[in-house]
Amino acid sequence: MAPAEVAVQEAPVVHGTGRVVNDFSIQVATVNGSGSQTANLVLLRSIFRMGVPVSGKNLFPSNIAGLPTWFTIRANKDGYIARKKEIDFLVAMNPETAREDALSLESGAAVVYDEGLALDAVRDDLVFYPVPFDKLIAGVCTDVKLRRLVRNMIYDGVLAKLLEIDLQQMEYALQKQLGSKPKAVALNQQALEVGFAYADQHFEKRDPYVIAPMNETAGKILIEGNAAAAIGAMMAGVTVVAWYPITPSSSLCETLIDYLQKHRIDERTGKATFAVVQAEDEIAALGMAVGAGWAGARAMTSTSGPGVSLMGEFAGLGYYGEVPAVIFDVQRVGPSTGLPTRTAQGDVLSTAFLSHGDTRHLMLFPSSVGECYSMAVEAFDLAERFQTPVFVMTDLDLGMNTWMSDPFPYPEKPLDRGKVLDEETLERIGRFGRYRDVDGDGVPYRSVPGDKMPAYFCRGSGHNEWAQYSERPDDYQNNVDRLARKFENARNWMPAPVVEINRQASIGIIAYGTTHWAVVESRDQLKAEAELETSYYRVCGYPFRPALASFIERHERVYVIEQNRDGQMLSLMKLDLEPDLVRRLRSVLHYSGLPIDARSITDSVLIQEGYRVQKTGADTSRVPRQAGVGGE
Amino acid sequence: MAVATSPVRKKVNRIGLESREYRGSKTTLCAGCGHNAISERIIGACFEMGIEPERVVKLSGIGCSSKSPAYFLGSAHGFNAVHGRMPSVGTGAMLANRNLVAIGVSGDGDTGAIGIGQFVHLMRRNLPIIYIIEDNGCYGLTKGQFSPTADLGSKAKTGVVNDLPPIDTCALAIELGASFVARSFSGDKKQLTAILKAALSHRGTAMLDVLSPCVTFNDHEGSTKSYAYAKAHDDPLEEIDFVPFFEDISIDYEPGTTQEVVMHDGSKLYLKKLDADYDPLNKVQAMRVLQETRSRGEFATGLIYVEPVKPDFLDVLNVVDEPLATLPQERVRPPKTVLDDIMESLR
Ligand SMILES: Cc1ncc(C[n+]2csc(CCOP(=O)(O)OP(=O)(O)O)c2C)c(N)n1
Ligand code: SF4
Ligand SMILES: [Mg+2]
Repeated sequence: MAPAEVAVQEAPVVHGTGRVVNDFSIQVATVNGSGSQTANLVLLRSIFRMGVPVSGKNLFPSNIAGLPTWFTIRANKDGYIARKKEIDFLVAMNPETAREDALSLESGAAVVYDEGLALDAVRDDLVFYPVPFDKLIAGVCTDVKLRRLVRNMIYDGVLAKLLEIDLQQMEYALQKQLGSKPKAVALNQQALEVGFAYADQHFEKRDPYVIAPMNETAGKILIEGNAAAAIGAMMAGVTVVAWYPITPSSSLCETLIDYLQKHRIDERTGKATFAVVQAEDEIAALGMAVGAGWAGARAMTSTSGPGVSLMGEFAGLGYYGEVPAVIFDVQRVGPSTGLPTRTAQGDVLSTAFLSHGDTRHLMLFPSSVGECYSMAVEAFDLAERFQTPVFVMTDLDLGMNTWMSDPFPYPEKPLDRGKVLDEETLERIGRFGRYRDVDGDGVPYRSVPGDKMPAYFCRGSGHNEWAQYSERPDDYQNNVDRLARKFENARNWMPAPVVEINRQASIGIIAYGTTHWAVVESRDQLKAEAELETSYYRVCGYPFRPALASFIERHERVYVIEQNRDGQMLSLMKLDLEPDLVRRLRSVLHYSGLPIDARSITDSVLIQEGYRVQKTGADTSRVPRQAGVGGE
Repeated sequence: MAVATSPVRKKVNRIGLESREYRGSKTTLCAGCGHNAISERIIGACFEMGIEPERVVKLSGIGCSSKSPAYFLGSAHGFNAVHGRMPSVGTGAMLANRNLVAIGVSGDGDTGAIGIGQFVHLMRRNLPIIYIIEDNGCYGLTKGQFSPTADLGSKAKTGVVNDLPPIDTCALAIELGASFVARSFSGDKKQLTAILKAALSHRGTAMLDVLSPCVTFNDHEGSTKSYAYAKAHDDPLEEIDFVPFFEDISIDYEPGTTQEVVMHDGSKLYLKKLDADYDPLNKVQAMRVLQETRSRGEFATGLIYVEPVKPDFLDVLNVVDEPLATLPQERVRPPKTVLDDIMESLR
């Protein structure tokens, strides 16, 4: 390896001259509870409708109303949809943060702002577009209450003009967003037009950013990960759902309730083919899922870190009593209450071994909304196949933000209900022993209350293969050894990793979950900036597939990239790997609560590879200190 | 059931089962433990009511009491969950299959301490379940510490005096919406059997607090949960006669002396009043009698409160009549057109 100095730079952009097409990020700074979400989603969808790859991320406080919120849209012709640190185009709607927001921009960035904020007095190296929002909205709407909500649509109109976004697509997006409320559509439409007209008459385009039609999003959908997981759960045939509200997972069950009520009511009787309970806490939520799973239902719960902590004892019961259940962990920043509205991958280790004793759990790691859907379906099959809790490890960034995706395919495989005892099996195996390893795969047969098959007593205390209470050393050991065999067998049933081997690469990269998107971009940066070729292994499940070891073996150094402080996935891998392979592993860690970005990865890899790198700006400036008064 | 070979035909119930078919494995609890007597009463009540064991799920938390489901209805499914969390497991099981008969057994520690949160919410939901607290005022399994139902001033075996007031689980259950609330004593065979049979006829949460002395840690002088104390201070509200729906018996009584309550399945309860005007359909009176007997240092037993017709949790959730657990794929996985429509709406 010959370390060299590389000039690390973003794509060369000369502000003020030329045009930057489909490659920039817009940030809208507002106050939460001000109804800006509609305007932001309309903006996002209209860019998407113009065929340009796009992503939207909401950076919000743990609070109901009145605190600063930032919505960032990244449009990128190359399909990079991870967060990027630099903001090219700011819409400053929040008087509280406007100054700081403007100060945090790179020179040459553009800013649309409320005239009264006089941001042009703060610095002079930006492109300023002052808009008299109050005056404009007064002409649209007389109702003072409504004004506040509709006001935001004006900046959409201004941006449509400045960024050359097709106004028709904005109108389509607006219809989509508010279609069921014709009055609201009309009012917002007017605001849109007023904004557009104002920009048309008053602004000369002085920034380089424009959106031009492409054909990269045809046929695609826009959705949040939580909604995708909800659709997956419904298509998996979930029948019992128990949950307790917590950000960022609440919208998973809330969306699921909506879908179930629309699509899972028995036509003949008008009754529900599902039961949803808002439980008294997460202990009860998992208890209900475990009770339902034991009684034969496809049962689930959804939560985030604090809830997972509470679920420990039941997770252990599910593992040892061998009861299927699906748990969605939409991870947020810990420890403790942590940063409830920020993203992390910090529950990997605690979930892998959740509960006391020799407990281990199956985990799935979706990295896209498409995988939130497909892994939700898969999780229910795995839970019943292996008669154990299965954790679907998503995160706030995936769960609550809006992502592009190909439409979800209809499940091809029928439901896999696993080894449920029936007459024929009973005849074949002779006497029923609930925990007997009849097939040699560690997975026993189970009967279900009410099915008229022989009953058994399920318990979290010691038991033998006949499900009788036992404290005998050999019974205990045989049982937990079988559980270990079962876990080992699950390895090859877990979703396969996505592997890209580059024959010239001596460096490997391992990532999982939402980190994937920044990795895709970073690998291109490494190649472009330092001619560093890399191979890539994306983990999709735990226990790891055997392919993990062979991937590491092919490379001299392997960077495990994740969004936590302690390198949790790397630690988990160490347990499976030979010392020679462990020595090849390095960590790239990102744990500010903001979604990981490509630049951070690239810089860290380059530094660890011995390059000298000018560190780019830190993220701290984006979130003012006073924003932290929430907590949930 | 044909028993041609046997000259002595054993007594069978209405579904052709013998009493022994309701037994479980041999108890491992202490000889004389109240919990064993309650198991016997459950066996008797289920036998007499002709309950199909394969429809029963036995649920419990952790404790000596929570072990007892292993000692009755051996051919029924059972789930010995974690400490204090039987209500959630029972809720899940009943949601999965509403045709099951859920019998839950808990202890006063399992319910009143670690499990009070789940207990409270179970009562609110009126889930169809029989919830039995085997109440000995102490933690038997962890060797005799006070539980939250121990009376103020009651003395532990070690001589320590309890300095906190008790939780009255019956008052709590009534307050929270349970639709069948009774208190009994493991030593009162007739009353407990009648109450258990009535509970099996009820649809909704039947909460039974059964005084069940712990002979090993809480049966001494100075304890208010000993056999001697229970016998001396048991204050029955009524004499209960239970006539199941499948028996054609009518009981004559003098007007004004007895109250007749028709249960969900058509069974009838005849409550011969011992206390002048006690009416178990009256919530306010129920709460008052609990307070009054307690202030006299006694405990009222019998059917304390009943609301024979009240929507249960499954009605409230409007769940289909068939068990959710076994609905076929075509009823739980929406067709492709549904997914396609959802996808279209997201473009
Ligand atoms: C989480 C947890 N904490 C503590 C225990 C220990 N423990 C087992 S049984 C019990 C008390 C049982 O008392 P009770 O419910 O009154 O039952 P009893 O034995 O008196 O019938 C305790 C504290 C446990 N099993 N789990
Ligand atoms: S310790 Fe007490 S509660 Fe436990 S079995 Fe013995 S007598 Fe019963
Ligand atoms: Mg007790």
